[in-house]
Amino acid sequence: MGITNIYNIIEPKDMNKNALLQILLSVQDADPRNYVSEENINQIAQMLNVSRSRVYTTASFYSEISLKPRGFHLIRVCSNAPCENDGKAEILKTIEKTLGITIGETTKDEFFTLESVNCLGACYMSPAIKIDDQVYGNLTPKETIGILKNIMEADKHE
Amino acid sequence: MQTVQINLNGRDVVVNEDLSILEAAKANGIRIPSLCNHTDQDVKANCRVCVVEVEGVRNLVASCSTKVAEGMKIRTDSPRVRSAVRTVVELILADHPQECLTCIRNGTCELQELSQRLGISNVRGRKRHDKLPIDDSTNVLVRDPNKCIKCGRCVEACNNIQQVGILFTHYRSTDVQITPEYGKSLSEVACVLCGQCVLACPVGAIYEKDNTAEVWDVIGDPKKHVVVQVAPAVRVSIAEEFGMPPGSISTLKMFSALRMLGFDRVFDTNFSADLTIMEEGNELLHRIQNGGVLPMITSCSPGWIKYIEHYYPEMLPHVSSCKSPQQMFGAVAKTYYAEKSGVPAEDICVVSIMPCTAKKYEAARPEMNDSGFQDVDIVLTTREFGRMIKQAGIEFDDLPDSEPDSPLGKSTGAAALFGATGGVMEAALRTVYEVVTGETLEKMEFEDVRGFEGIKSASVNLAGQNVNVAVSHGLSNAKQMMEMIKSGEGDYTFIEVMCCPGGCIGGGGQPYGTTTDIRKKRIESIYEVDRNMPIRKSHENPEIKEIYEYFLIAPLGEKSHKLLHTKYTDRKNLTAK
Repeated sequence: MGITNIYNIIEPKDMNKNALLQILLSVQDADPRNYVSEENINQIAQMLNVSRSRVYTTASFYSEISLKPRGFHLIRVCSNAPCENDGKAEILKTIEKTLGITIGETTKDEFFTLESVNCLGACYMSPAIKIDDQVYGNLTPKETIGILKNIMEADKHE
Repeated sequence: MQTVQINLNGRDVVVNEDLSILEAAKANGIRIPSLCNHTDQDVKANCRVCVVEVEGVRNLVASCSTKVAEGMKIRTDSPRVRSAVRTVVELILADHPQECLTCIRNGTCELQELSQRLGISNVRGRKRHDKLPIDDSTNVLVRDPNKCIKCGRCVEACNNIQQVGILFTHYRSTDVQITPEYGKSLSEVACVLCGQCVLACPVGAIYEKDNTAEVWDVIGDPKKHVVVQVAPAVRVSIAEEFGMPPGSISTLKMFSALRMLGFDRVFDTNFSADLTIMEEGNELLHRIQNGGVLPMITSCSPGWIKYIEHYYPEMLPHVSSCKSPQQMFGAVAKTYYAEKSGVPAEDICVVSIMPCTAKKYEAARPEMNDSGFQDVDIVLTTREFGRMIKQAGIEFDDLPDSEPDSPLGKSTGAAALFGATGGVMEAALRTVYEVVTGETLEKMEFEDVRGFEGIKSASVNLAGQNVNVAVSHGLSNAKQMMEMIKSGEGDYTFIEVMCCPGGCIGGGGQPYGTTTDIRKKRIESIYEVDRNMPIRKSHENPEIKEIYEYFLIAPLGEKSHKLLHTKYTDRKNLTAK
């Protein structure tokens, strides 16, 4: 499981111990399931000539890094005060209802994982959510459903 | 040395400016409590038990990680400090199992001592973690994560001192756990079972698998003929278990204690250490004379053997095929001694007392059965030996002296040296020199291979030929040594590698509280044992001469080969894809 050849993602010259966090993030980004697999942890350890446990200590510390497979799309709902005040609860409820999952869960078809995040830096357009690399702001429940449907449609055509 | 004046609890004192507040206080008669601090380790400032008040600083500071400065006003005894320390310890206790009476560290636990010292009689706060499974997957170490206080001392021992990197702090905040990756058990990872984590742990979160009950059982079984062997390093450390100063030599009391415990025969691993020198010295000469793989590396240390099998299996041809003294003893006890005494080998039970946790693993290796039975049946650490003496109610201080039994009890000064880093090298050189040159060695001490430096080297003149040798102790140094050999650096013929810092006297089975200073004291005592032995060269041991004359015939001979030599296993699969 995971990425088969890490050298396709990271150049050998960039493989150094000080860049461990960046390496983990790059591997996670390249994995369609948005996580770092055990095989990849082992490979990184071997490439950096450190123990597996050493790699795992960093990987397990950061909530940004997932050690379990996630959905193909990551939905992060901002839970900070401005979003909270501007209707985050309603947006979250809409997503939960549309996808049938709650925070921390993945849909049965493995399309979406829903997570909560403390700030997206998008307070000016609260309530905001982030799906993969795209931030969506000033959301209404109706727009939220539209965004999710669009993504599902786009995936169908792929 | 630059000094600064500080004010400690209202008293002006002058201290070295390099000291931390904790060290400066200690130098001035005040012991600031701490759990994560360890004299041989880097400062971690994890546990927050050592906080003090510094005038002009808003928050309390960790005294282990704060250096003294000119004019610094420090209070270790203010109500604020007292209340903070108390709260910190109470928080630790709130999540700590209240099982002190049945804990292996009862009486030696640093948390227990701290709680007693602070007079904690009531723990406010509730336990917030569920009971986690205990890892007893190996026959050597047990890890109880419920007792772990996350101080990080084992992590430091595993990752910095030994550089094996099995135990690390994983996850975050209240979820923190110290485990191998993915919470794996120790049998699923490339742990060498050296037990340095055990020595580092302030509580009962990681400890040796206690085999004392099995030993009591066999002693009590009239059908069993139980023989015991004791490693060189135990005679300079066992007394610490009874409050005697580090480095106390108690060789002859130790033999008396073993006899009183009920062992049928009391033998000595030092005998088989001499046997190891005969085999290993001759193997070295054989390799030199026949173009064998050089440098040859010693094989006495089971932690080291497991390490090289996991991490440098390509280097295994360098390792001497000799079994360790423990295993040589087991093999001859169930053959030579069985024959000589008339006791059938199947009735003989071999118990060994070792300064080492990895010896338990070594004894259980499936290939260690050349006598036709498992060569060594049960291995106890120095600490377990101490427990048995206490259980038997023996007053160790008052024991009379006594000698070990024949025919596996006589030994030389050379054998005693096995307990200290550089000792196997020195013992081997004494014998190899005399065998090669045919001359008597005048100065027995090889000073260059003594001392606490991580890697030592020496050049020895053997019949006009210079032979370079090297010695390393602690796995971080072993790793460096392996990299050196692989890169072609250092033209060595013979290398001694010991897994633990200081050699066996610093082994993972030694008394709790082992520090570098204590290791050095034990090493001094090892040299004293050597100096005081009437015979100091392995090949002059009369019982060794006897076993070769009547049983083994010759070093590296057919019988030796079968009983005293072994093969190794490539265990790379746990460290690489």
